[in-house]
Formats: sequence, C-alpha cells, structure tokens
Amino acid sequence: MTTKTVTEHEHHHDTDSTAFFGFWLYIMSDCVLFASLFATFAVLHNNTFNGFGVKEFLDLPYILAETLFLLASSFTYGMAILAMYRNNKCQVKAWLVFTIILGVSFVILEVNEFMHLIHVGHGPQTSGAMSAFFTLVGTHGLHVSMGLLWMVVMVIQLYVFGITPATKRRLTYLGMFWAFLDIVWIFVFTIVYLMGAL
Amino acid sequence: MKLRHFLSILFIAITTLLLASCSHLAMLDPKGMIAASEKKLLIDATLLMLVVVIPVILITFYFAWRYRASNKKATYRPNDAHSVPIEIVCWTIPIIIVAILGVMTWVSSHKLDPYRPIAGKGKPITIQAISLNWKWLFIYPNKHIATVNYLQIPVGHQIRFLITSDAPMNSLEIPRLAGQIYAMGGMRTQLHLVADEKGVYRGFSANYSGAGFAGMHFKVHVTSIGDYNRWVKKTQAAPKKLSLATYNQLMKDSENNPVAYYSHVEPKLFEKVLMKFTKPMPGMDTLGDGTKAEKR
Amino acid sequence: MLEKILFGKLTYKSFPFLYSPETGTGIFIGLVLFMGLIVLGVLAYLTFTKKWTWLWKEWLTTIDHKKIGIMYLILAFIMLFRGFMDAIMMRTQQALAVGHSLGYLPPEHYDQIFTAHGVIMIFFMAMPFMFGLLNLGVPLQIGARDVAFPYLNSLSLWLTVVGAMLINISLVVGKFAATGWLAYPPLSGIVYSPGVGVDYYIWGLQIAGVGSLLSGVNFLVTIFKMRCPGMTLFKMPVFTWTALCTTILVILAFPVLTATLAMLWLDRFFGMHFFTMAMGGNAMMYINLIWVWGHPEVYILILPAFGIFSEVVATFCRKRLFGYTTMIWATISITILSFVVWLHHFFTMGSGASVNAFFGVATMIIAIPTGVKIFNWLFTMHRGRVRFTTPMLWTIGFITTFSIGGMTGVLMSVPPVDFQLHNSLFLVAHFHNVIIGGVVFGYFAGYIYWFPKIFGYKLNERLGRWTFWCWLIGFYVAFMPLYVLGLMGMTRRLSHYSAASGWHPYLIVAAIGAGIILVGIICQFAQLYVSYKNRHKPEYRAEADPWDGRTLEWSIPSPAPFYNFAVTPTVDSIDPFWEEKEALKNGEQVAKPKITDIHMPKNTGAGFIIAMFSGVFGFGAVWHIYWMIALGLLGIIITTIARTFDTKTDYYVKAEEVEKIEASYVSGAEK
Repeated sequence: MTTKTVTEHEHHHDTDSTAFFGFWLYIMSDCVLFASLFATFAVLHNNTFNGFGVKEFLDLPYILAETLFLLASSFTYGMAILAMYRNNKCQVKAWLVFTIILGVSFVILEVNEFMHLIHVGHGPQTSGAMSAFFTLVGTHGLHVSMGLLWMVVMVIQLYVFGITPATKRRLTYLGMFWAFLDIVWIFVFTIVYLMGAL
Repeated sequence: MKLRHFLSILFIAITTLLLASCSHLAMLDPKGMIAASEKKLLIDATLLMLVVVIPVILITFYFAWRYRASNKKATYRPNDAHSVPIEIVCWTIPIIIVAILGVMTWVSSHKLDPYRPIAGKGKPITIQAISLNWKWLFIYPNKHIATVNYLQIPVGHQIRFLITSDAPMNSLEIPRLAGQIYAMGGMRTQLHLVADEKGVYRGFSANYSGAGFAGMHFKVHVTSIGDYNRWVKKTQAAPKKLSLATYNQLMKDSENNPVAYYSHVEPKLFEKVLMKFTKPMPGMDTLGDGTKAEKR
Repeated sequence: MLEKILFGKLTYKSFPFLYSPETGTGIFIGLVLFMGLIVLGVLAYLTFTKKWTWLWKEWLTTIDHKKIGIMYLILAFIMLFRGFMDAIMMRTQQALAVGHSLGYLPPEHYDQIFTAHGVIMIFFMAMPFMFGLLNLGVPLQIGARDVAFPYLNSLSLWLTVVGAMLINISLVVGKFAATGWLAYPPLSGIVYSPGVGVDYYIWGLQIAGVGSLLSGVNFLVTIFKMRCPGMTLFKMPVFTWTALCTTILVILAFPVLTATLAMLWLDRFFGMHFFTMAMGGNAMMYINLIWVWGHPEVYILILPAFGIFSEVVATFCRKRLFGYTTMIWATISITILSFVVWLHHFFTMGSGASVNAFFGVATMIIAIPTGVKIFNWLFTMHRGRVRFTTPMLWTIGFITTFSIGGMTGVLMSVPPVDFQLHNSLFLVAHFHNVIIGGVVFGYFAGYIYWFPKIFGYKLNERLGRWTFWCWLIGFYVAFMPLYVLGLMGMTRRLSHYSAASGWHPYLIVAAIGAGIILVGIICQFAQLYVSYKNRHKPEYRAEADPWDGRTLEWSIPSPAPFYNFAVTPTVDSIDPFWEEKEALKNGEQVAKPKITDIHMPKNTGAGFIIAMFSGVFGFGAVWHIYWMIALGLLGIIITTIARTFDTKTDYYVKAEEVEKIEASYVSGAEK
C-alpha cells in the first residue's frame, strides 16, 4: 500500500457517474417489480371466475390514443433535454409543460378507462384476472403520476435555480425514468392489450 | 473424576431417551413401501455426506490445534495462498458427492413421485381428502361413505388419495406410510401409498393452518380386507348423512373434532368443493372468499 | 362516525392490556409496564442530562456510515433480545403443553409468538445486523470516506427502525399476525385473518423492505464507484466481495417482496383476488413469489457472514487467505444459483417429479461452492499461526456447526426425503443450524472484529469466550433434539401435543438448550457493559491495528475519525496493509503523504423525518385511519421535495484541522 495524494480525482459525493449508476440501479429494481406484476398477470389473466376477461372490454383505438399521448410526451421530453443542452431555460420549461400536459392526458384517459370498468361492474374485486389487470396497469399509471409530480418540481426548480449542474442532473434522471415508463408501457400495451385482443 | 461421573449420567440419560422413543419413531419405522424407500434414501444420503462431513470436522480441530500460535514447531508459511492440486481436490470432492446424490435424486424423485400409481393387490382404492378448519374429511366415493378424522384402509392394497382443501392450506401426512402432500383450496393433489402391515398409525396435517391446527390429527387403521369391508358395511348404515347442508355446517371452525362417520354422501361432493372456487356453484358456501357467507 | 374518521378500526378494545377477552391479561400488563418503564427511563435520562440536542445532532441526523452502522447494531441487539424472548416462550410452552396440560399460552397467542419470532429474527435482527456490519466494514475496507449516498443511508436506517417499531407496537396496540413468518394466504387473507395482525406484518416489512432495497443500491454503487485507486475488483477484500454479491441479491430480490406484499394488501384492503381461494385467486402464486424473494434472502444473510469468516481466518492465522480467486468465484456462483432453487421450499405442492428433481439437484449444486469455501478456510489455517481470540472461536464453531447444517440441508433437497421432513422440526433444526451456526456466529465474529476500529477499545475476551461457549453448547442442546423430533414426526408450530407421542423429554432438553443460549446473550450484554466501563484501561485500549490486520481499515487510527482516511490510500495488492507492514519491517521507507482539504457531506434530518412520516402512514394503513395515511404520504412527498431544494449539502474540512485530529491520535497513543 502506498499512500500518495490523489489530486485529480478526489472522492466527491454524488458525483455524476456515481449518482447516475445509482439511479440506473433503482430503475433495474423497478424493472423487477414490474416483472413480478407481469408474471402475476400472466398467471391470472384467464382466472375470470364469471367469464369476463380483458378480451371483453378491449377498445384498441382508445388504448392506441393513450399510447400515442405517452409516446408523444417522451418526444417532447427529449426536446426539453435538447434545449437543456443549449442552456435555453425558457424552452426547457415550455417543453416540460407540454410533456406534463401530455402525461396528464394519459393519466386522465387511464383513470377514465378504470372508472368505466368499475362502473359497468368489472372492478378489480370481481376476479383474479381483473385484480391483476388493474394492479399492473395502475402501478404503471402511479409511476407516471409520480413522474409528473417530479416534472412539476423540476419546472419550479428551473425558476428558482435555473440550469445548474444539479438541475441538469435531475432532468437527465427524470428523462431516464420517463423513457423507462415508456418501455414498460410498450410491454403493457403488447402483453395486456394486443395479446389480449388476439 | 467429576467429569467422568457427569459424562456417564449424560450417557445414561441419552440412551434412556433414545430407548424411550423407539416406539414413537415415525418415518424411521416405516410400515409402507413408499415410506420404507424414503427412509432408505434418507440413510443412504446421510452416510454418503458423512464421508466428507466427519473428516472436515476432524480436520478443523486438528488444524486448529496443530497450527495454534503457541506451537512454534509447526511450519508457518504466511504466503501460501494457492496450490493447484489442493484446489482441484477441493472442487472434486464435493462435485463427486453431489453428482452421486444428483443421480439418486433424479431417480428417486420419479420412482417415489406421489402422483405415480404403485403396485398393490386388487383395484386401487380412491379416498378423497378435504382439509377443513380444523379437521380432515375423508370421502370414500365408491362406497358413498365419509369420515372425519378417521381412516381405515386394507393392508396391501394400493390407496390413491385425492386431496383438496376448503380452508387454509394444509398438508396430508401419514409418516409411517408415505410422505406428505399439500391440500390447497381449488387445487387437487394426489398421493399414492400401500400399507404393508396391519396396525394403527398417526396421520396429521403438516402445514400450520390456524388456531386449531394442533388438533388436526387422525388415526389410520390398517386392517385386513375382510375387516375393511365389514367396516364399510357398518359405516354405510351410519345414521348421519353427508348432504350439502351438513357439509356447509361441517365447514365451520371447530377444534379437536371427534371422529365421525357419515353415510349417503352427496354425489360428487369433492368435485363440487373443488369447483366452487373456479366458478359460481349453487348451494355451496365459499367462506374462502367471503362473497357468500358472512365474514367471520 | 367521527370516531371512525379519527381512529379507523382502532377502539379501546384494541389495547389488549386494557381489554383482553382471552387469558394472558397479566402478561400483557407486565409487558406494557416493562416497555413503558424503559421508554420513560430513556426519555427522562435524555431530558435530565439535556441530551436532546446531542441526540438530534449527533445521531438522528447523522449521515456518517460508522454511526449509522452503530445504530443498526443497537437495533439488531434489541431485536435479538425481543426475538429471543419469543423463542424462550415457545420453548417453555412446548415443554409444558403435553397431554392434559395446555401450557400457559392459548393457541392464538402462541401462534403470534412464533410468527413474531421469525419475522423479528430475519427482518429486524439479521438484516439490520448485516447492514450494520456493511456500514462499518465496507467503506473502510475500500478506502472510502463514506458511502455513495450518505443521506439515503440514513433514510434506510430510519425506515428499518420504523418497520421494527410498527411490528413492536403490535404488542400493545392490537395483535400481531398469527400466520407463520411468511404469511401464506389464504390463511393471511382477510377471511381467515380478519384482524390487524397481518396488516402490521405487511406494513412493517414493506417499510423496512424499502429501506433494505435503498441500502442495497447504496452499497452496490459504493463498492463499484468509490474504491480507492488501485483497488481493482479482484483486489477487493473478501468481505467487500460478499457485500457486493449480497447487494446484487437485495436489488433483485426485494422488489419481488414489495410487489408480493402489496398484492396481499390489495387483497385484504380492497377485496381483490390475487391470492384468495375463490374468484380466480391463486395462493400458489404467493408461495412462489415469496420464495423467489425468500431464498435469495437466505444468501443475502449468509454471504456477508462468509466474508467475515474469510477476514477473520486470514487475520487470526496471520496468513494470506487460501484460494482468494476461488473464494470469489464460489461466492459469485452461489449468488447466481440462489435464484434457481426457490421451489425446494415446496416440493410437497405436487409440481411433478421432473420439476422437483431439477430444483433438488440445483439446490445440491450450491453445496459445491459452499464446500469449496469450507476447504479454503481450512487450508488457510493450515501452516498458519492460529490465535484463539473470540472471532476465531466463532469461526471454528461455524465451520463444524455449519457442516452439519449444510448436510441436513442437502438431505432435504432430495424431494422424497423432503416429503417426510418438510414442515417438521427437522426443518426447523436445519435452518436454525445454518442461521445460528452461519449467520449469527459470523455476525458476532464481525462485531467483535470491527468493534475496536469503531469505538477505540476492545471487547472483554473472557466474557466473549463465555458467550461463545454458551451459544455453541446451547445451540446443540436446543436443536439436536429437534432433529430427532422431526424424525419422530413432530410438525412445527404445534401449540399442544399428546403425551403418547413420546416427544416430551426431547422438548424439555430443547428448552434447557434455549436457557443456555439465554445465558450466552446475558454474557454478551455484560461483555459490552464491562468493556465500556473499562475502556480507558490499557489492556482494553485499541491502537490502530489491534489484531495485526491485513486490510485498509487497520491502517487508520481507532476509533476511526469521521473522515476515515486523512489521505485516500492507493493499493496494489489484496492485503495492502499487511504488505506495507512487511515492507516497513524490511526497512523500506514510506513517504508521508500531504494532507489536503476533505470534502464531506453535511448532516441532514430529512431521512429521519421521512421515515417518521412513513411510520405515521404505516400505522394509518394498519388501522384504516385515512387522515394518517394522507398525512404520512404528504409528509413523505413534501420532505423529499424540500430536500431537493437544499443546496448546501456538503462542506470542506480544512487540511490543518485534519492534521490536528491526526496528531491528537498520535499523542493519545503516546500517553
């Protein structure tokens, strides 16, 4: 062991790569959480008890609209990140607001779908299949809502701090999170809706 | 001297204990061919592993003693941290043991699969077992009789249990005849066994299922086929009948249930108990989910 | 109506010490008085000695990994005591409740006790102990000043504490689950467990589980990103390696637990049908999911213990660890294999012969790397200089005891044998054999090993030896009879049995064994007390390197200064400190490095506050008190957001100050 002074690389806390790796690990663990829910859905999706399953209520165009809102929100978020690299605070905020609007629309559409199902008597209490459906899709929705809350906080932080290394870093993580939710939604869309329709 | 005294007392105590328990050995004193094979497997596997475990324990003590810090005569090689031959031996020994055990496992898992029918005299006798809170209901579907916490089977005949639960998960075990298998609501599991000797053996639930669990045991009477047939005849004349209504009553919680005999069992009762969890069944209470019966 | 809003399901009947329909009121009153006295005593002490600000500044808001580690250990020891009291009650009940005697505990009570025993020992004794040792050991071993995310670290600690508090509140408010430690549905469903016990279980575990997950992320990042220059992966100390594998398992396994418990709660709270018997639920899925978490959990606990033994063996044999690379690969293969064996916990579910055989063989394969590890420890002793200090005693006790436990484990991985032994006391004996003989022995060894580094004085060796022998002998006396009882067909979790069974004598012996272990635990507390009292005596004082150590943590003064390393070290071998000492002996000169300013994180109360709000949320969720749920959630969210607006989270320690502190150690040693 030699103890020589390390000047170029002092061990800072929360350095970019460290925190980035940490956030990435969190996303991986979230992946496992969703994997459990997907597995549950795979096991339970035929356990309909009274015969009413996902197939019966599928409204693909409606879901497609939902999907498009979410995908578009990812696009606008990407624009926000690009603006961030250009250090254009106004544009970042504008794109973030767009993203929030699109995201909120997605959540509203999903809640509406849920309300409708519960209203016509196919709530999560009616069978194992419906419990699995509501929980899987709902957990994704909950994640999106948390992401939206985070986005609102980021807009405020941009007002307060402007584009600083800290806000930049947080925007990057939020971007990762948002992209992750997109990917999960693609799986939800494919496995729950498309495969349900077949 | 004192130590010797103490040790001899200890020795006597242990022997007494072991002798006292000889008559209570469960799986170690098997009375059925499945349990006998399971016992043999247990002993073979143990001996095989002791071949390494005992030397390891002895070497541990030897090395610890031999290389104690105060023993300056012992060789000291502080930088000896690698030796290809030793490492090869380290890996090879466990691999060989596990390979042998692995083959034993594969073969025995298939041979002693509880779902596999086994050779026995005559036609196999089917018994349907339903675990309830907190008792066992046994249905002899072909004889239209049922019992609570009591089993009678003929010696030498193949017995096929179909098992389900109308309560939390339980596990059906008669250790001197065969190992256990779970009883689960809405699921049907199977267990095959043959009793080789007449006698009375202990059966019980081996999976904790709530407050009355400790009382969920029963006696298995293994008798000659003649005695068995006579018992069936007698039970077919039993005054209590097992209708759906009686069953719904029986389902309710009760602890340390006495033995009971039923004649005229509701047809396809077992199947109905199984099915009521998968689709709505008229006349069946489904406490298991609380939709129909009031919550307790 | 107003009552419902204010108190949810909580009524005066929820306080068993005031209103108890069953027997055992006396026990409850005694319990509440006892707990109340302790709490009052602590509060009074803090108030009279004016220590509240000290507590807040030095402990509640600290983000120093060493202090967090200490608090984890305190939690672990308190919970060890609590869990062990449950064990004593179980053993006495089973020693008494034979034939006409029903013992002193009604089944409802006994069932809660064995559930609490399992939950507390695994989640609130072993897990905090493990994370405590990781906190004490890992940053120091890799030459880091702290963990990657110090604030997250404090949050993890306090979440674990809050989880433990929720479980313990169930002693006095309401009841605990009576379902067994994994709460299999349908028994844990709302129909068969309508009370709040399972809800306590769910939320206690859920909150502590999030803490564990965050800790896992934190330590994995720490190990990957904060190693000192020169420390490549294959130059890391073995304990750090096992910590690395453990955290990978935590990250992969704990989300499954979170999801599973959440679904169980949805079943109970919203009447969903994941695991109910009817309406399309599937309880077997719960059993699969819980063991997909549960089996890796076993390795999460044992791997760091393996790491500790590796450190201890090398240090106290004054010899390089034999087969370092083999050791690492063995650890990695155990990590991977631990995810493909979960089905061996339920061979009796009827999965079919081939499936059972596959999982049986996979389980046995784990015995290969484990066996290799044991051989490697043995060959480290070979041609070494074995010093029989207490950590080494625990290690030798471990090797022998664990070999037996491993053997019975492999035995039960043969499915047909398992059909006979599953759920019997043989199983109970087996897992206590590996958990006590492996995990507990290992953690105790680690506790004694690192204690001087953290506190600056050694633990009393004589009492340490007493502790060891009581535990070792007590273990054999308590659990060998259980093996026999398992073979005699005694099932676990029986609150009563018939006299004709012939089990009674063995259960009496087992109860005596538990008593011997109790003496061991008392010795352990006495050891701490005596050592603390005598900490200034020269024979207790620990210098920087009390054990003639090999790794980086022994190169810094004891107790370790808050910044750990005045100068970040650079390493080029597995045993860097040992090599340096050898070099000094050979007369080589080591240049004194120049000290520069040190960048440190600032204390923050955010972790503590968030955890307290999650406690409010958890209690509300247990009792269906909706305003508490809302308040808790809101508090968590607002505190988290507020924390992100705090920009002054770090500071610099000036070089001169570091030099002063370092010098004070040198002058202290000269005295």
